[in-house]
Amino acid sequence: MALSRELFKPLQKRELQIEIVRPSVTYWQDAWRRLKKNPVAMGSLVVIIIILLMAIFGPMLSPYTYSEQDFARKNQGPSAEHWFGTDALGRDLFTRVLYGARISLSIGFVAALVSLLGVLYGGISGFVGGWVDNVMMRFVDIMYSIPFLLWVIMMMVYLREIMPENSGLIAMYIALGLVYWLPMARIVRGQILSLKEQEFVLAAHTIGASRTRILLRHLIPNCMGPVIVTATLAIPEAIFTEAFLSFIGLGVSAPRASWGTLASDALVSLKSYPHLLFFPAAAICITLLAFNFLGDGLRDALDPKMRK
Amino acid sequence: MFNYIVRRLLYSLAALLVVVTVTFLFMHIIPGGPFQREKALPEAIRKNIEARYKLDQPLHIQYIDYLSHLIRGDLGPSYKYRGMTVNDIIRERFPVSVELGTVAILLALFLGIPSGILAALHQSKFPDYLVMFFSTIGIAMPSFVIGTLLMYFLSYKWGLLPSATWGSPQHVIMPAIALAGLPTAYIARLTRSSMLEVLSQDYMKTAIAKGLPRRRILWVHGIKNAIIPVVTYLGPLVAGILTGSFVVENIFAVPGLGKHYVTSIYNRDYTVILGVTIFYCVLLIFMNLLVDLVYPLIDPRIKLAERKEQV
Amino acid sequence: MVGHLLEVKNLEVEFTTYAGVVKAVRGVSFEVDPGEVVALVGESGCGKSVTAQSIMQLIPSPPGKITGGEIIFDGENLLEKNEHQMQKIRGNKIGMIFQDPMTYLNPVLSIATQVTENLRLHKGMSKKEAMERAVELFHLVGIPDPEIRLKQYPHQFSGGMRQRVMIAMALACEPKLIIADEPTTALDVTVQAQILELLKELKDRFQTAVILITHDLGVVAGQADRILVMYAGQIVERGTLDEVLKTPQHPYTWGLLKSVPRLDADKSRKLTPIWGQPPDLLQEFSYCPFMPRCDYAMAICAEEMPPFFNGGRARCWLNHPQAPKVEFKKEVS
Repeated sequence: MALSRELFKPLQKRELQIEIVRPSVTYWQDAWRRLKKNPVAMGSLVVIIIILLMAIFGPMLSPYTYSEQDFARKNQGPSAEHWFGTDALGRDLFTRVLYGARISLSIGFVAALVSLLGVLYGGISGFVGGWVDNVMMRFVDIMYSIPFLLWVIMMMVYLREIMPENSGLIAMYIALGLVYWLPMARIVRGQILSLKEQEFVLAAHTIGASRTRILLRHLIPNCMGPVIVTATLAIPEAIFTEAFLSFIGLGVSAPRASWGTLASDALVSLKSYPHLLFFPAAAICITLLAFNFLGDGLRDALDPKMRK
Repeated sequence: MFNYIVRRLLYSLAALLVVVTVTFLFMHIIPGGPFQREKALPEAIRKNIEARYKLDQPLHIQYIDYLSHLIRGDLGPSYKYRGMTVNDIIRERFPVSVELGTVAILLALFLGIPSGILAALHQSKFPDYLVMFFSTIGIAMPSFVIGTLLMYFLSYKWGLLPSATWGSPQHVIMPAIALAGLPTAYIARLTRSSMLEVLSQDYMKTAIAKGLPRRRILWVHGIKNAIIPVVTYLGPLVAGILTGSFVVENIFAVPGLGKHYVTSIYNRDYTVILGVTIFYCVLLIFMNLLVDLVYPLIDPRIKLAERKEQV
Repeated sequence: MVGHLLEVKNLEVEFTTYAGVVKAVRGVSFEVDPGEVVALVGESGCGKSVTAQSIMQLIPSPPGKITGGEIIFDGENLLEKNEHQMQKIRGNKIGMIFQDPMTYLNPVLSIATQVTENLRLHKGMSKKEAMERAVELFHLVGIPDPEIRLKQYPHQFSGGMRQRVMIAMALACEPKLIIADEPTTALDVTVQAQILELLKELKDRFQTAVILITHDLGVVAGQADRILVMYAGQIVERGTLDEVLKTPQHPYTWGLLKSVPRLDADKSRKLTPIWGQPPDLLQEFSYCPFMPRCDYAMAICAEEMPPFFNGGRARCWLNHPQAPKVEFKKEVS
């Protein structure tokens, strides 16, 4: 076959270069984009915000208070006046569950805040290294050798004796604060140790970056993903622990009521008035579920290994 | 190997000593002491009791005294149950907890591992969604919620199972399920993700390329690798079952050590709280050591001496 | 020769990814005769490994899928076989050696288990017979102290030794064809030479056909009978070893040859890399896929996909009788 001569003329150099330029996105934009694409995590975030708003504003809008008793209307089932019914002392269960949300959420956030202290501890331990690291980590190991719950129980047994007046809430903050920095310390130390070995840190050393610069610019930003995930997952765990302790009578006590206390109180009359158990239990489950899903979603979004 | 075990033992002992000291201090610096709360005890009687339990002596004497008994395995008397020692209580109550706990652990392993594997093999298909759905619920549902729901439906509403106490196999079912709920869910997720990882490994491709049947690829090449993270979880699993027993034994009135521990907390029976806590710690430290020793049998890459650096 | 041992006809393989369908292999055809070494050469991502794994049907599905073509091995179309029938061929009639002996051996099973299992499966050997054969195989592939080594685990082996284990495994059932997927890429240079030497020796001894997949023309030079050069999922040049190395007809092959470093070359010879990157395999090509990187690109290259010229030697418009004569500068060899 004869083809047109034109076809065999050389092309101008690089005339037909096909550039594939993808827009560059920062780590955080990328993570946020991925989180937004995860419907379960976003749904959980919405649920958490609703629970949060209800915990803050709900009690103000409710016509009842958490301790107001009405013996004429005790153990009522759910109705238009009392959405969740009333308890054995005629208190409005909906209002009490809302107050419970305040307690549970505040405990969750205290745990998350305390866990940030662990960032400092683990960061110093991992960055300084040597005997300092050794001593600091042996302490953490010892704390780890028995379950946190036992530490917290010991603390609570002691604290409620020395500070009986504030219904155990402050005691609970302190007891949880004692242990919730530990997992974070371990994770951050591990991160820092492995990051220190990586080529980009070595590269920073070779171009003469200072230790502070390496810590601030290279190590800490690269730890942020796991830190955020761990802090988020500390929230449901602390809520869980509080409910557990309140359920066995070591937590927040009357007249205040957390979800665990409400569930525990409902146990006596479970046979006749299951709604007293159902609502606080549902509140606990929904909250735990939402935080766990959000944590999982964040893990997926922030894990650079999965970055495409 | 031997060196490693000795080092681990010494280390565990050190941890134990710290735990004993801290808990001892907590229990003994409580203002007023353990008998303060008893209603209107005459001064003389209170003194008398305190002398009997050596509470009138300085703290460090009490501590040394406690330690010297502890070394002989003597956890001291109960404040509340006159004539009973902490050892008596443990001897009487612990077997019940072991029975319940063992059933729960077996349940968690035999339900959790297969369902995790099933989910991984059918990733993003119906079995996977089913397992993930239940395991997510399991993780978000505290044992006391599972326990009370079971109790309400299975015994109050439908009358299928006895709601409380202990003695027959039917009594074990509900508390064991309540106790196993969370670990089962966790093990299922752990197994699923580890199996997924294993399935994508190169050596699985080698196994296929050798023309091995699917069954052998999964059971011999896959599961042995996938099970490793589950073994590491055994320590926390036992701890979880143990602390879970505090709540579950209470709901179902199971006469185990967990229930008694909680009762002691109510009663402020400090020697029992202290003694049982120490007992639990010894148990868990021992279990963790055991898991560490089993680990190299499953994963030949891990030599005992290296294990610690890895943690 | 009565028939080819292996005949791949118009093979097409696709992968469904988050970004779209990647056409990794686009109508590849070639054949392998008994006892012959055929090298598949190309950059990473050109589809050479996918082609090789398709023969064994090792493409993970999903996301991968063989969408067209035939793979005739020993007179039978492998693509028509079910999983069970394939199992009888894999490891038995076709052996496979992978790139990274580090990750392709199972870390928790003993070497003995891994070497003997296909013997017991395919050849029905007893445990004892399989062990004896394994010892024999280890002698063959040059692993000293087989009795001790067999009891050990992969992490106790060096990279080169592991690759020898892989080779022993592939050879165990005396297959008619061995597919070696970059068998030396993950190894040290000195070890590379040893492994290549071993492969050659074993191939001569057993008259096994070999498909050697590599991106390194240096590896090919001492080994192959015939060479297939792949680019963007297609074969762009094929021929005997001499034809392809001495009179290459595709600018991509020229580029590959020019980018091989040589110790014996004089200092004036510059190492010329191939400019640019391989194309995105998400797209369809109505033009020559190498055109954007080609120094000799012509207008027609952007218009139409070149067919094979010179009796199926190369897929390049430069071989068209009307094309300007461009000589491949013999800077190499």
